Amino acid sequence: MLEIKNLHARIDDREILKGLDLTVNPGEVHAIMGPNGAGKSTLSYILAGKDDYEVTEGEVLLNGVNILEMEPNERATAGLFLAFQYPIEIPGVASMTFLRAALNAHRKARGEGDITTPDFMRLIKDTAAKLNISPEMLKRPVNVGFSGGEKKRNEVMQMALLQPSFAILDETDSGLDIDALKVVADGVNALRSPDRSFVVITHYQRLLNYIVPDFVHVLSAGRIVASGGKELALDLEKNGYAGYVQDAA
Amino acid sequence: MPAVQETIEQVSAIDVDKYKYGFFTEIESELSPKGLNEDIVRYISAKKNEPEWLTEWRLEAFRRWQTMAEPTWARVDYPPIDFQDLHYYAAPKKTPGPKSLDEVDPELLRTYEKLGIPLREQELLAGVEGAAQPRVAVDAVFDSVSVVTTFKKELAKHGVIFCSISEAVREHPELVKKYLGSVVPTTDNYYATLNSAVFSDGSFVYIPKGVRCPMELSTYFRINEKNTGQFERTLIIADEGSYVSYLEGCTAPSRDENQLHAAVVELVALDDAEIKYSTVQNWYPGDAEGKGGIYNFVTKRGDCRGRNSKISWTQVETGSAITWKYPSCILRGDNSRGEFYSIAISNGKQQVDSGTKMIHLGKNTTSKIISKGIAAGKSDNTYRGLVQIGRKATGARNFTNCDSLLIGNKCGAHTVPYIESKNASAVVEHEATTSKISDDQMFYCLSRGLGEEEAIALIVNGFVRDVLQQLPMEFMVETQKLIGISLEGSVG
Ligand SMILES: Nc1ncnc2c1ncn2[C@@H]1O[C@H](COP(=O)(O)OP(=O)(O)OP(=O)(O)O)[C@@H](O)[C@H]1O
Ligand SMILES: [Mg+2]
Repeated sequence: MLEIKNLHARIDDREILKGLDLTVNPGEVHAIMGPNGAGKSTLSYILAGKDDYEVTEGEVLLNGVNILEMEPNERATAGLFLAFQYPIEIPGVASMTFLRAALNAHRKARGEGDITTPDFMRLIKDTAAKLNISPEMLKRPVNVGFSGGEKKRNEVMQMALLQPSFAILDETDSGLDIDALKVVADGVNALRSPDRSFVVITHYQRLLNYIVPDFVHVLSAGRIVASGGKELALDLEKNGYAGYVQDAA
Repeated sequence: MPAVQETIEQVSAIDVDKYKYGFFTEIESELSPKGLNEDIVRYISAKKNEPEWLTEWRLEAFRRWQTMAEPTWARVDYPPIDFQDLHYYAAPKKTPGPKSLDEVDPELLRTYEKLGIPLREQELLAGVEGAAQPRVAVDAVFDSVSVVTTFKKELAKHGVIFCSISEAVREHPELVKKYLGSVVPTTDNYYATLNSAVFSDGSFVYIPKGVRCPMELSTYFRINEKNTGQFERTLIIADEGSYVSYLEGCTAPSRDENQLHAAVVELVALDDAEIKYSTVQNWYPGDAEGKGGIYNFVTKRGDCRGRNSKISWTQVETGSAITWKYPSCILRGDNSRGEFYSIAISNGKQQVDSGTKMIHLGKNTTSKIISKGIAAGKSDNTYRGLVQIGRKATGARNFTNCDSLLIGNKCGAHTVPYIESKNASAVVEHEATTSKISDDQMFYCLSRGLGEEEAIALIVNGFVRDVLQQLPMEFMVETQKLIGISLEGSVG
């Protein structure tokens, strides 16, 4: 599904990813943990195609295709989705309008026509209900004045609508209250399937009680420095990153 | 959830061809000789079988115009116009005057069909649920003449007069004589004076006392012939306690040379009357290099003559190589209200200098200005607005909000507000912002699958939302698409 090989990337003159390798097979959930500033968000932005970064070495294959050559929207319609750590505000554009435009862009890429209004309304209503999102919120401009938790739920809502085959969730659990955490985790779990994979970036082992990962990795100073099963997260919770970070140095 | 409201927001179905109204209709035309002199003015007046007083009125304006100089204060730049190198009158031969639909040249009907303008008088399907389509009466002006006006009979039942100004001169001379030039005098400014001398056609509307006009009225202006100028003249009178909503649309063929369009629009609202005037201006803007396009030099003014009267201008300006236009309100009646809602989009090498004037004369007069300027490509976009409070305008209030959005870094947006107050009790508020579509916003949209131009159209439609909502429902979806189309090629 996704193969990252020896990825090196820099911003300005600073190298942030320094030879990162990661393979995610269909149906797998991988958790990435690691200290602040390690490069987790950088990795997710590079996968999604943000052009602030310069990839100096390595490749990223999604279903065998090197996506680094593709535009962000092409990657999205090819099935890649990033739930942003800091979702962006778009004043004046109702969330509903935004969702519909995104959904239609995906349909267009598949050669389908626009979704009809009744179908869209039904879909939105069902999806919002599952994620405990009020219809009122969807009338408001995208992320404008949303609370931290609302923004995160809105990201999951988008994911649920677009049904990506490969999703990266960048600290989607940060800022969620306990109930919302369960709702979001249920939302993700509902999407889990043998042909869909997830990379879940988090600082908290607690999330992994709800979204149980197949693998846990430690990303430090631009590389994966340790990998293991879900018990690795428990170990990190207890002992911190100290042991791994030193290994990396 | 109000489904209707949300379905309007369909921005994704944007057409690929940029200016799709750029075609030319092969039709035999009658042209006045090139150039402008007293004989040409008489020629136009004679063509229209005008009464003596109007011929004289025109000639007086022409003489005045010869003593005037072109204004240069606007932030626009263009080579000098050779006013002798234009045809001042062009009319399709087969349709000398407004007739019934059956008599209109089929080629013209096809043209309007191609422009997406319904000239058929669709009957309401009585008894069929959900079939109550909104109906719009249309006056279709082709080059210098009105070729047809629809729904005239039905409007007449309510006492509403909706016809071409040429017909009004013949059929309702007392109204025309009373109001023509009463808001924009023949001496007003260079282009308005020129218009007074050579005006060709345009619409005339009279709404009688206490009548709420039963349908939207609209005029579609089409320039077809080359080397012509279009000088339309529109006059709308809302008598006491009446209401009318009127919309004008404009298109022209794509051509390499520039064409002049100098219109005058006059609105009069008497006591308790309300006029809502909307414009979707989509004249040919020229190509990306700035070749060709319409010079849109327009004088639009509304006179809130009566107490509690209201005039509201809404404009969506996407076309023209140069736009020079300041729809204004004279708030003469006590408690009268003026509104100006504007979306002005410039792309390529377009130049826009547009805004409004709110002249507060009466007591407790209020005005509101909401302007959204969007500059893309290498264009220049200026808001120029005057709020003037007269000595007697006790209790006057104005609120102005001007937002500019820049797309790319080769364009410019400018805000030039003038405030003149002679009454200490007046409250004038002005807000202005300038923003850019941020890289983060673009990336966010793209990461959800939207293409760059779709993303821009979405964000821009969000930016102009408040103003868009002022348009009559029937025109909102089309206008949103138009906004998307006019921004094509604005990136990269
Ligand atoms: N635009 C930028 N300009 C300069 N440095 C940047 C930029 N973006 C990221 N960095 C730097 O790259 C490093 C990695 O940042 P990144 O956001 O990927 O960390 P992270 O692992 O996601 O951290 P956190 O856990 O705090 O979210 C940091 O040192 C950060 O300051
Ligand atoms: Mg991060």
